[in-house]
Amino acid sequence: MYAQGLIGEKLEATEDDAFLKRFQDRIDAGDIIEPMDEMPAAYRRTLIRQMSQHAHSEIVGMHPEGNWVTRAPTLRRKLQLLAKIQDEAGHGLYIYSATETLGVSREELVEQLLSGKAKYSSVFNYPTLTWADIAVIGWLADGAAIMNQIPLCRCSYGPYARAMVLVCKEESFHQRQGYEAMVALMNGSPEQRRMGQDAVNRWWWPCLMMFGPSDTQSANSAQGMKWKIKNFTNDGLRQKFINATVPQAQHIGIEIPDKGLHFDEETKTWVHGEIDWEEFWRVVKGEGPCNRERLAARQEAAAEGAWVREAMLAYAEKQEARSTKTAA
Amino acid sequence: MPEKTTPLYEVFLRPRNGLAHRHVGSLHAADDVMALQSARDVYTRRGEAGSIWVVRSDSIIATNPADKDVDFAPSDPEHKPYRHPTFYKIPPEVGHM
Repeated sequence: MYAQGLIGEKLEATEDDAFLKRFQDRIDAGDIIEPMDEMPAAYRRTLIRQMSQHAHSEIVGMHPEGNWVTRAPTLRRKLQLLAKIQDEAGHGLYIYSATETLGVSREELVEQLLSGKAKYSSVFNYPTLTWADIAVIGWLADGAAIMNQIPLCRCSYGPYARAMVLVCKEESFHQRQGYEAMVALMNGSPEQRRMGQDAVNRWWWPCLMMFGPSDTQSANSAQGMKWKIKNFTNDGLRQKFINATVPQAQHIGIEIPDKGLHFDEETKTWVHGEIDWEEFWRVVKGEGPCNRERLAARQEAAAEGAWVREAMLAYAEKQEARSTKTAA
Repeated sequence: MPEKTTPLYEVFLRPRNGLAHRHVGSLHAADDVMALQSARDVYTRRGEAGSIWVVRSDSIIATNPADKDVDFAPSDPEHKPYRHPTFYKIPPEVGHM
């Protein structure tokens, strides 16, 4: 996830000042908001949007990885990948059900994804061309996701925070298995090392973009932080991620594909070069390399699974009718 | 024709005997059997449970957050401190009680 969840949202509240003050006081006091509590409509709307985009991202995120299940280099790597993909499905479901506590149905949310109305993280609109891409997704994309999700474990909305605790526990395995696969590649043949470097070259920038637009471009940051549904700024999290990742890359002989990257002795941080925000907005708006393919895959899965859902409900109804008859 | 929706279930796990079942989240399922199976797949992939309870969400009867004060103020320790052991002064010579 997915600081991109607030893009385009209008966070101005519409309730009277007394109501808003009462709500803000609860938040400031560290109170956690639970489903049936009163809350500003904009808080509810923003959370529905942020959480459902997060859930959609988990679901769509299975596609780039699914591409390599049958071609994983060993049985061990294949099992890891299957387990990781199953986790992503689980994460999607945790977050969908947490979102439903805000009074929206999962069917509505899925429909918004299928119609293209709802977004998901831009990073999943890039193709997985080689096995090394799977290693890099675990290491960098999941690494970036964890940076985003850990602060959300303390967000002000209870069901979201609790879902994030579950997700973060599991996500740590994702990142570690990715880095381990990366280490294996970088200790391999020159060809394998080239493959590893090539994958980082293609994924580094899309992963930095996962943190969302720069704070100077992100009008919603301040309100999101006031409501504690966002505990760090986009740029702040991005910086934390870079600082954590550069030494990991150096350790295995990976060169970060950023000519402007340098260590600032004074602030003890890695300063990154210019991010191509035009590319970011292009991908967010549907013009990335795989946007159409991802959406088509979700639509196909929904259509192909329709008869299963129908049969499931028909069976449940039949069982129900039978038990009523026996009882009567 | 819009698809019919599946009912919502709440999921409770007991990590091992000796502990209570604890709410972990919810899920959709067409019937009780499917709810149990889904709960196992969605919430217990790493040995989190030795026992699972699922219950239809619409079967849960809950207090209303708006009535929180009416319901719970009477049991507030500030109002009835005498219900707590620390309210009572014991001569120090007596030691731990």
